[in-house]
Amino acid sequence: MTTAAPVVMSPRAETPVAVRMVGIAKRFGNVQANADVDLTVRAGTVHGLVGENGAGKSTLMSVLYGIVAADSGSIEVDGVPVRIGSAFEAIALGLGMVHQHFMLVETLSAIDNVMLGAEPHLLLKRSGGVVRKGLIGLMAATGLKVELDAVVGDLSVGDQQRLEILKALYRGARILILDEPTAVLTPQETAALFKVLARLRAQGTTIILITHKLKEVMRLCDRVTVMRGGRVVHETSIADASVQGLAEAMVGRKVNMGRQGDAKAAPGATLLQARGLTVRDAMQVVRLRGVGIELRAGEIVGVAGVAGNGQTELLEVLSGLRAPQQGSLRVAGRSFDAGHWLDPRAARALGLAHVPEDRHARAMVMTFGAWESAVLGYEALPVYSCRGWMRHRAMREVTARLMQRFDVRPPNPALDSGKFSGGNQQKLVLAREIGQAPRVLLVGQPTRGVDIGAIEFIHAQLRALRDAGCAVLVVSSELDEILALADRVLVMNEGRITGELPIDECTEARVGLLMVETTAAAG
Amino acid sequence: MNAPALPRWADVVLLPAVNLLIALLVAALVVALIGQSPGQVMTMLAKGAFGTERGLSYTLYYTTSFIFTGLAVALASHGGLFNIGAEGQATLGGLGTGLVALWLSQTLPAPLLLPLMLVGGALFGMVWAAVPGYLQAYRGSHVVITTIMFNFLASTLLVYLLVNRLRAPGSMSVESVPFGPAAHLPGAHEALAWFGVTWPSSPLNLSLLLALLAAVGVWAFLWKSRAGYQLRAVGASPGAAAYAGIRPKRQVIVAMGLSGALAGMVGMNEIAGVNGKLLLDFAGGAGFTGIAVAVMGRNHPAGIVFASLLFGALFQGGAEVSFEIPGFSRDMVVTLQGFIVLFSGALAHVIAPWLGRLVQLGGRRHTGPTAVVASPEAPNG
Repeated sequence: MTTAAPVVMSPRAETPVAVRMVGIAKRFGNVQANADVDLTVRAGTVHGLVGENGAGKSTLMSVLYGIVAADSGSIEVDGVPVRIGSAFEAIALGLGMVHQHFMLVETLSAIDNVMLGAEPHLLLKRSGGVVRKGLIGLMAATGLKVELDAVVGDLSVGDQQRLEILKALYRGARILILDEPTAVLTPQETAALFKVLARLRAQGTTIILITHKLKEVMRLCDRVTVMRGGRVVHETSIADASVQGLAEAMVGRKVNMGRQGDAKAAPGATLLQARGLTVRDAMQVVRLRGVGIELRAGEIVGVAGVAGNGQTELLEVLSGLRAPQQGSLRVAGRSFDAGHWLDPRAARALGLAHVPEDRHARAMVMTFGAWESAVLGYEALPVYSCRGWMRHRAMREVTARLMQRFDVRPPNPALDSGKFSGGNQQKLVLAREIGQAPRVLLVGQPTRGVDIGAIEFIHAQLRALRDAGCAVLVVSSELDEILALADRVLVMNEGRITGELPIDECTEARVGLLMVETTAAAG
Repeated sequence: MNAPALPRWADVVLLPAVNLLIALLVAALVVALIGQSPGQVMTMLAKGAFGTERGLSYTLYYTTSFIFTGLAVALASHGGLFNIGAEGQATLGGLGTGLVALWLSQTLPAPLLLPLMLVGGALFGMVWAAVPGYLQAYRGSHVVITTIMFNFLASTLLVYLLVNRLRAPGSMSVESVPFGPAAHLPGAHEALAWFGVTWPSSPLNLSLLLALLAAVGVWAFLWKSRAGYQLRAVGASPGAAAYAGIRPKRQVIVAMGLSGALAGMVGMNEIAGVNGKLLLDFAGGAGFTGIAVAVMGRNHPAGIVFASLLFGALFQGGAEVSFEIPGFSRDMVVTLQGFIVLFSGALAHVIAPWLGRLVQLGGRRHTGPTAVVASPEAPNG
């Protein structure tokens, strides 16, 4: 973990304009996604485009990339007025886009993915030779390294992203659009990516970085444009920007980030105690190695670590989704061991609530109305069903109340769960779990894919729950979040807990060191 | 991609109607290509299906079986399962219905026997479908494969039983002895006669009411009951269901079992309502048509009832057309069905974006003038 080393900027203000968008407007039904948006990106710079979900960033980039036709406005690329009617035309103009969700064929090899749709020759074999030569040169020049013959499905997320960038560059992209590139990366992968992007910039590539992580903007960008409600609300060079200022421009009001107050937590009785948890997955790979954990009333325990080091399994075991091969658990006066583990229903009955990491695949049913997702897991409670029949009116009423209390927007219980923004989905899930007044709350990635405004709200709710005497376990791959929330920090690596620190002894550097520590902490 | 979403009424009514219209247009083109007059064929088809009391009765008789199998496919589909085995489950259902009738039709009166026959059919269908369900849940054998195989098993089992065990002594035809009169489910003409209405004799029988009841029951189960909530949760998101503490494996068996029970009720229509004895091939492909019906009916009971009526009309009207017009074979009717499945199933959403734009345009034009009327100047004008 290196601390954010500012990339040295050369004065680039005089370089020619690579992309100029003027007066872009686009309306979807009743939503004005873009209104009179101007964007100027100079060649050879990294230009940040930030804003909350729904601010219009993606629409603007879709207009630039020819996926969406604007209602009005004009575009210039390299000083030449252009009309971009499709992605093909965009690529021909030297634009390249790396989507947040990769556009790769998982069953094909890396080189075949690059070649797909851009075969230089009728015969695949000869094409392969040409493409390979070109790619090897490109990899050497940019520092992007990918195993060309590996099947894409076997590549790590970071490798897949490098491949996407290579693919765009191979097609002649001089202007790269990256949509939330770090959302899926570990801190190390992010650092590696930024090194590559800095190198590309030095070689003259123009980069537009769509993101909502302001620290990254400060670290890499030369200029930044902030959008809110479909309009540009702020544009500045990085030298004149601050994280706090950008956050306020994004949200449109003052936001409180970081730790709130220094009220020392006063932990009470132990509410959950797990010992020696060991989990092997279906391939017999050990995921958890003898993990012990203790949660006390009135404290927030943070679990830090690079994603994929056993945090997911820890949450699954504690919430009853998965039984460990070894270990024991004591919660609310009941004991469980590996042979007789608790199931999610038993966990809920004991006051053990769980906000899972994966909102889409676990926390709600996306095709259900919000009022149906709002009772998921609790549908058998007498409030929600009686003699086997669901009580629709009660479900709707409770949902409306939860939505009001947790400021879920739009407050419409009938809307499909999948149609809410990430932050509002998360607020609804939290509302459901907190609404049951749990004694222990397990939360995985509480603010992944969530807007700044909602992050502030969610953190406040978790703190309020702690102050009400609940034991809270927060697992997050965002170290900042752990440092902002936790009273006590556990660090995980390779299925072990490699260290435990009270919050006042936590520094980014110290925790970062424990995240790569390979031996378990003594004691 | 950026087309406006369809409002609900357009999604549920307009889109299927337009899809059906396109299918009919393409079918008309094919009819014209083989040298027949599309207008004449379509008119005759509609007349044959709905024009006479007798034709209507046959249409509704076919509709009955399609409702059962369509509901069966849809219910499994809400549980995330593709049940291709409704044909076999219907066959076993008929067997169950028939065995109860053979066993008790001489001893029990109709009001006791008929419900037992229904239960027998549903139970046989349920067990026959629950086995593939179990194999999928606990052994990982895909239900699509196993249900197809179970169709063949069902058909051979019926042949074996009829040839070797149930055939009437001394008879050459592969059928059981006829049931006693108590096992006869009254036909529409008999039931209507109780109320003094004369109606031509046809295979249409009281199973139609049973099918409509089943549709209401499936609707209530899926959207009103807790078990239905859990079943839909598993079907839409197995991960979320596991998180909620709903056991997906058990739900797979429940979904398949209920699906099989619905398909098994076909036995009431065919065996108790029409034939009065066990025989071969009485399911007649209704199980497979049920898949098309469920697709077209969007897996919703109301949609399934309408789709069943459409397919029933095609069956009956098509038979009429092939009888009346030389050179127009039944295969043409199958072609027409194929177009309908293609345009309302596989290609159902191809025209949705255009339709969405049209609806939006229409809506804008519609709100334009009303705004003027509502403005303060309007009273003066």
